[in-house]
Amino acid sequence: MEYEAVIGLEVHAELLTRSKMFCSCPVVDLTEAEPNTAVCEVCAGMPGTLPVVNRRAVEYALRVALALECHIARESVFARKNYFYPDLPKGYQISQYELPLATGGRLPIRTSHGERSVRIRRVHLEEDTGKLTHVEGPEGPYSLVDLNRAGVPLLEIVSEPDMHTVEEVRAYGRGLRQLLRYLGVNTGDMQKGLLRFEANVSVRPKGSQELGTRVEIKNLNSFKALEEAVAFEIRRQIRVLEAGGRIEQETLGWDEARRVTVSQRGKEEAHDYRYFPEPDLPPLVVDDDWLEQVRAEMPELPWEKFRRFQEVYGLPEYETALLTADRPVADYFEVAVQAARKHGVREPLRVAHWMTGELFRLLNQRGLSIEEAPVPPEELAALLGFLQRGDINKNTAQRVLAEMFETGQRAQSIIEARGLRQVSDESRIHQWVEEVLQAHPDEVAKYVKGKEGVANWLFGQVMRKARGQANPQVVRKILMERLQALRRDQANA
Amino acid sequence: MKPLWQWNLTDIVQALHRGEVSSEEVTRAFLERIQALEPRIHAFLHLEPEAALHQAREADRRRAKTQDPDTLPPLLGVPMAVKDVLTVRGMPCTCGSRILEGFVPPYNATTVQRLLDAGVIILGKTNTDEFAMGSSTENSAYGPTRNPWDLSRVPGGSSGGSAAAVAARMVPAALGTDTGGSVRQPAAFCGVTGFKPTYGRVSRYGLVAYGSSLDTVGTLTQTVADAALLFPYLAGFDPRDATTMDVPVPEVVLSQEPDLRGLRVGVPREYFVEGVHPQVEAAVHAAIRHLESLGAEVQEISLPHTPYAVPVYYIIAPSEASANLARYDGIRYGPRIQGETMWDIFFKTRGRLFGPEVKRRIMLGTYALSAGYYDAYYAKAQKVRTLFRRDFERAFREVDLIAAPVAPSTAFPLGSKTQDPLAMYLEDIFTLPANLAGIPGLAFPVGFDQDGLPIGMQLMAPPFQESRLFAVGHAYQSTTDWHTRVPPLHP
Repeated sequence: MEYEAVIGLEVHAELLTRSKMFCSCPVVDLTEAEPNTAVCEVCAGMPGTLPVVNRRAVEYALRVALALECHIARESVFARKNYFYPDLPKGYQISQYELPLATGGRLPIRTSHGERSVRIRRVHLEEDTGKLTHVEGPEGPYSLVDLNRAGVPLLEIVSEPDMHTVEEVRAYGRGLRQLLRYLGVNTGDMQKGLLRFEANVSVRPKGSQELGTRVEIKNLNSFKALEEAVAFEIRRQIRVLEAGGRIEQETLGWDEARRVTVSQRGKEEAHDYRYFPEPDLPPLVVDDDWLEQVRAEMPELPWEKFRRFQEVYGLPEYETALLTADRPVADYFEVAVQAARKHGVREPLRVAHWMTGELFRLLNQRGLSIEEAPVPPEELAALLGFLQRGDINKNTAQRVLAEMFETGQRAQSIIEARGLRQVSDESRIHQWVEEVLQAHPDEVAKYVKGKEGVANWLFGQVMRKARGQANPQVVRKILMERLQALRRDQANA
Repeated sequence: MKPLWQWNLTDIVQALHRGEVSSEEVTRAFLERIQALEPRIHAFLHLEPEAALHQAREADRRRAKTQDPDTLPPLLGVPMAVKDVLTVRGMPCTCGSRILEGFVPPYNATTVQRLLDAGVIILGKTNTDEFAMGSSTENSAYGPTRNPWDLSRVPGGSSGGSAAAVAARMVPAALGTDTGGSVRQPAAFCGVTGFKPTYGRVSRYGLVAYGSSLDTVGTLTQTVADAALLFPYLAGFDPRDATTMDVPVPEVVLSQEPDLRGLRVGVPREYFVEGVHPQVEAAVHAAIRHLESLGAEVQEISLPHTPYAVPVYYIIAPSEASANLARYDGIRYGPRIQGETMWDIFFKTRGRLFGPEVKRRIMLGTYALSAGYYDAYYAKAQKVRTLFRRDFERAFREVDLIAAPVAPSTAFPLGSKTQDPLAMYLEDIFTLPANLAGIPGLAFPVGFDQDGLPIGMQLMAPPFQESRLFAVGHAYQSTTDWHTRVPPLHP
């Protein structure tokens, strides 16, 4: 029997606000800050303290909801999710349950089968928990609690079970990450846990409309883990069903080392979170004014930029995807295109190729982001101008770019200081060609007798004489004219 | 002249302002009173006499130095007490529970901060039923408070420590909290004035939560005028409490003329039913007739959902409490009972350090919120709660104020209801509706029963109409003297 997988993703994204969701503590990088230094009585859940909603976090959430074309609730309700754990200071997490901030949206994705969208079930706001570190002490194991993360705003984005292949899961995951980065609400750093995925996976006979029993996979801290875990789980479930077995409803974890899913919690151990409306917070009201203000601050969305880059710059899909993957890259490209035009470079594709080729290679070598590039877009454009005008050739341009990258100097100063400007002056080149022909009479004779390959060797000699600074097109043109003239003379003789 | 400890808050504030008495003299008088009576009454869980005297001397110095007394904090050098469910920076806050033994909060409740800003000196923290759960202060893990009128009886609760302290004239005023009657009922039992504001009028920040949607911070004072004096310092929007309302706080000006002409007073028939002690009923009726004699028009009204107050309250409050008290797990603060595993620590700490009533309410609330029961209990109770609001809305279309007994009986003997939680819960039947509807209430003495125990009456007003309560209560007290009676305690 043929099977079809049904996959839904639940994404938790920390919001990059300055302060926490319900207090004024700063949001800090857990890998850098000393434990428990960004903690106050509110996020430590001390007696008598009360939460107050961070409006900035709501605005970030609204950006995401608007981008996903969700229905935004004019009144949403915070709720308490009750469970005990040492990283949860109040013994409950303030989240949203029955009336979330936004429902019913869609995220466009692109796969090898073309474009489609994945439906979004809900988007809601909540607070993150603290972090436990388990230590093996000399007198036995113990755990340390770091509350720096407790109370950091967290956005939960839940998709409908709309995906059927690992490729779609990848496209959705990466697309959502790209969107969050575009909106400036999340860095997309999965290693640091700022963006976390959970997958719901079930399989069913192809063509069936009923959903199979689903499992939930947690602890996926990279796209690789997400894709491998989903692929593993699809294979496992099909194997179980084919062997006549049944899928257990359970929560699984991904064992990175063994690359298998492992059971964490069965159905009978499922929590009863006893959700109820948070009495300390009145309903969250989003009025027209507020929504309009957020809408006005919305940047161009990834898929809008993608379309525009294709239309305005005439770029092919591959280059467009690379250049719109990240907003700073796209911004760099647009500034470079604009500047290049002033230098007489009219084809955006040429800028695109230099960026995705040479520039990206140099950035990758150094592990730099585009924002850290030592070559500003205006200088890349200037360099392409020299190339376009024939002042330098492609090889020289590559060398100059590398040096610009190394030293931070401008293209012009490097070309001039090193005398790299190539010679296109035909009388100079004529002279070099004549000198080479006179110095190598035997080779010239071979060519005249019909040995074509010698022409290339002679070309190299001319370029060598010019120390690489001659315009190769002009050299080739003049050399060939001379050689053909010699051949004609021989034939006439 | 009356001894200083008998002065009420208004007298003390005025005398300090006029320089007729020093803060040190006043503070010392109350501290001496506390020293003499505390062993018998046990109103306090924590006292800081040295710090208080130091602050009093500081206040006196400040007053002596100033050129312009009007620039001084208006309550400079006035001693008060605070119920131990409100946080005072640097003072232990136990909430009457072993689970918070030794916990010293590093922050002030907003109400406390505002009093300190106004110049108040906090002498100490008063006894309370554990986490304000109770109607007798017998649920304190640190022993019960006794009623100053009869030491064999309870002071009411849960603000029993504050009520007893004011009744025994150990402090001129104290903060209390009222979730289901915890200010008004002990005020009635102790013969003092207890004021509960509109929900959302006074910040709950730093009030250790019990039933978050019901909790309010109120006052216990000798007189209505004293309550009116404190009110503007406590009331108003607080950016730290999202449930406070940005409603202007009116200046309370109490009329010297006890004229209640034009005032319509409603008397709810559901509050005069079987089970109400005849002497209580008689005293309240007499007080209502007294209001009538001052010009008020009295009419009978109906608050038909009153009988459902106890079941609705005892679902909503414990449900909220079950979550509010989840933070006491021994991990971050308070004592911890070590165990083999994380769960073992949770079970042992919570199992051994919470008292029986607290555990009972956590169980009740946990059950009411559980999957499969939520709709039948919590959701249903919330729906019925809206009916209480509607009852009052309808009533307040016909009347300006509602007058009713505070509790069905007077102070009962210690231990007489501890074995019967339901009988204890019924103590709250007349105070719960104001909390469920979020409206303000004011309780004050209107007589004594044959055993010499105070009887209280409460007035209830529409939301944010506290000044109406003060005006009418003050008119009553300027023409009666029940509130001036002092328990016959001989130091």
